[in-house]
Amino acid sequence: MSPRPQRTIGFVAFAAFVAVVAVLPSFMSDFKAREYSYVGIYLIALLGLNILTGYTGQISLGHGAFMAIGGYTTAILMVGNEQFGGPISGGVKDLWTLPIAGLVAGLFGLAFGLPALRLSGLYLALATFAVAVAMPSTVKRFEQFSGGGSGIQLFGTPELTGSSANVHVLGRSLTPNDWMYYLAWSIALVLFAVAWLVLRGRTGRAFRAVRDSETAAVSSGVSLARYKTLAFGISAAYAGVAGGLFAIASAFVNPDTFPIALSIYLLVGIVVGGLGGLSGLVFGAIFIAFLPLWAQGQDLGSLLPDRIVQETQKPGGPAIAYGVVLILLMFVLPNGVGGLFRRIGQLVFGRRRYSRPD
Amino acid sequence: MLIVAAFADFMQQVVSGLAAGGVYALLALALVIIHRSTGVINFAQGEMATLSTYIAWNLTVNHGWSYWPAFVATLAISFVGGVGIHRVVIRPVERGNVLRIVIVTIGLLVGINGFVIWKWGGEPQQLQSPFGTNTYDVGGVVIAANDIGTIAVALAIVVLLWALFQFTKVGLALRAAAVNPEEARLVGVRVTWMLALGWGLAALLGAVAGMLTAPAVGLDPNMMAPVLIYAFAAAILGGIDSPLGAVVGGLVLGVLLNMLSYLSQYGAFDWFTEELRLPTALLIILVVLLVRPQGIFGRPEMKRV
Repeated sequence: MSPRPQRTIGFVAFAAFVAVVAVLPSFMSDFKAREYSYVGIYLIALLGLNILTGYTGQISLGHGAFMAIGGYTTAILMVGNEQFGGPISGGVKDLWTLPIAGLVAGLFGLAFGLPALRLSGLYLALATFAVAVAMPSTVKRFEQFSGGGSGIQLFGTPELTGSSANVHVLGRSLTPNDWMYYLAWSIALVLFAVAWLVLRGRTGRAFRAVRDSETAAVSSGVSLARYKTLAFGISAAYAGVAGGLFAIASAFVNPDTFPIALSIYLLVGIVVGGLGGLSGLVFGAIFIAFLPLWAQGQDLGSLLPDRIVQETQKPGGPAIAYGVVLILLMFVLPNGVGGLFRRIGQLVFGRRRYSRPD
Repeated sequence: MLIVAAFADFMQQVVSGLAAGGVYALLALALVIIHRSTGVINFAQGEMATLSTYIAWNLTVNHGWSYWPAFVATLAISFVGGVGIHRVVIRPVERGNVLRIVIVTIGLLVGINGFVIWKWGGEPQQLQSPFGTNTYDVGGVVIAANDIGTIAVALAIVVLLWALFQFTKVGLALRAAAVNPEEARLVGVRVTWMLALGWGLAALLGAVAGMLTAPAVGLDPNMMAPVLIYAFAAAILGGIDSPLGAVVGGLVLGVLLNMLSYLSQYGAFDWFTEELRLPTALLIILVVLLVRPQGIFGRPEMKRV
């Protein structure tokens, strides 16, 4: 079949997905809506990480650090840091902090992208890993700016985050949990569309050229410096928005909100979802948001026998599962769930699709 | 008088810096052995060491072993474990692209960390120091027995390892397999086993590093995460393919970090606080990779297009 009907299928699938996201809160408890808002937040971070790692081939093991930059930007803009002796008085409404969180993290991403130009493969992985490990202690050191180890509470700022009053939007009254859900998912869906637009055109082709062979990319006139830094910038901006939302959803940030484990979960997310694909990332986001609950025997976990849940619900159980899944996927399904679906699609339609963002 | 006290303090910091640096050197050496032979940076090296240390702790505390038998048994278990990890999970991906290898070692990192917490819980434990808690006063300089013991064990291990690589047939085969696997295979070296042996030795080095770290900082599941970063910094500083560089890099880093603490106490570098130890290591990694990627002792990497 020609690319046209394929694109139509893509649009229909996306529209159907938007519809499902829009009506889902009516079918679940208020509390569940909050859990699903985290899926939306992770999805944003995964989109960003996959643009960098899956599409451009630049490994980042430290994306939690960019989320931390976004989270702290949001928290400081809302609450201010005068109480720690910092210069910012705060008072910005939560929603409006998010573009700034994305911008600040994006600038950090561009700045980190410049030295990262000279690091390839393993060394970039190592450097980004070290960034993520060093992040919490760096945040603690600059106490008058970040509140140090005890972090920043976003509670007690009426009509902003953390209030328990209903939120009125577009003539509707939403519970705080539903509001969080719609906030996270509307931003996630917009950013999904943006990622698709960026990746399908000239820029996306350049990214993939850099990933597949730097030498070949350069000899076809793709500027490595330009596209690698650009990928870092976009990717970090996504992570920054996700971090800002994360701070709003948790109503709290401290250095341990963004540990090295978070960076690793993001890696798990793109591996489960599929490196170099977009739609599969929804599964990656669901996986990292809900695996801890499944391990407790809730939701899908209720399908597990009690004897197994007894073991998996111990602390450490989910981490073992993340590790095993990472290794097994690399052996049997290196393109993740998204890759599996693409393969099934090829079999059904009997035609090879070449690598393109879906 | 103040100068004498300051000097004693200075020497103390040097000794404890060398002890910390000895541990970094061991773990850095483990990273270098694996990188030389298989071209992999093993992100799970720290967690493997933590697991080994928990095994030693379990043998001494829960099974009533005395320290040195438990030490030796742990080394043996770790060696076999390292060989096993290479055979089962690393070998299938080691010739593939870098991303897959990194993801597999990250999988090992998070899986082993989860296993330790799952099996023994997250709360800190106490592993005894084989060298006791005595301190000696050497001309006004107070030196902890544990520091001296740590330096001695680290040096002994480094020398033994050097002898193994330099004077034994296995060592020759190990070097041959790392330098030129194709030709080594042609002259009868069983290359895949040599690579597995490298992983075993690295796991063993990690076990020693872990057992030397635990008495000083307390045994907990995330104990080796910062040590791994220092080991990365040491290995990069010395040159990721240079065993000598790893040892020198580790010692230099250990002393340097203590010197910064020391100087900040006496007014210089007063912006430096304990929280900045890790970011300093990160800075060293970045600066060395950017300015001299081959490190102090390494040779520049050539790439054929």
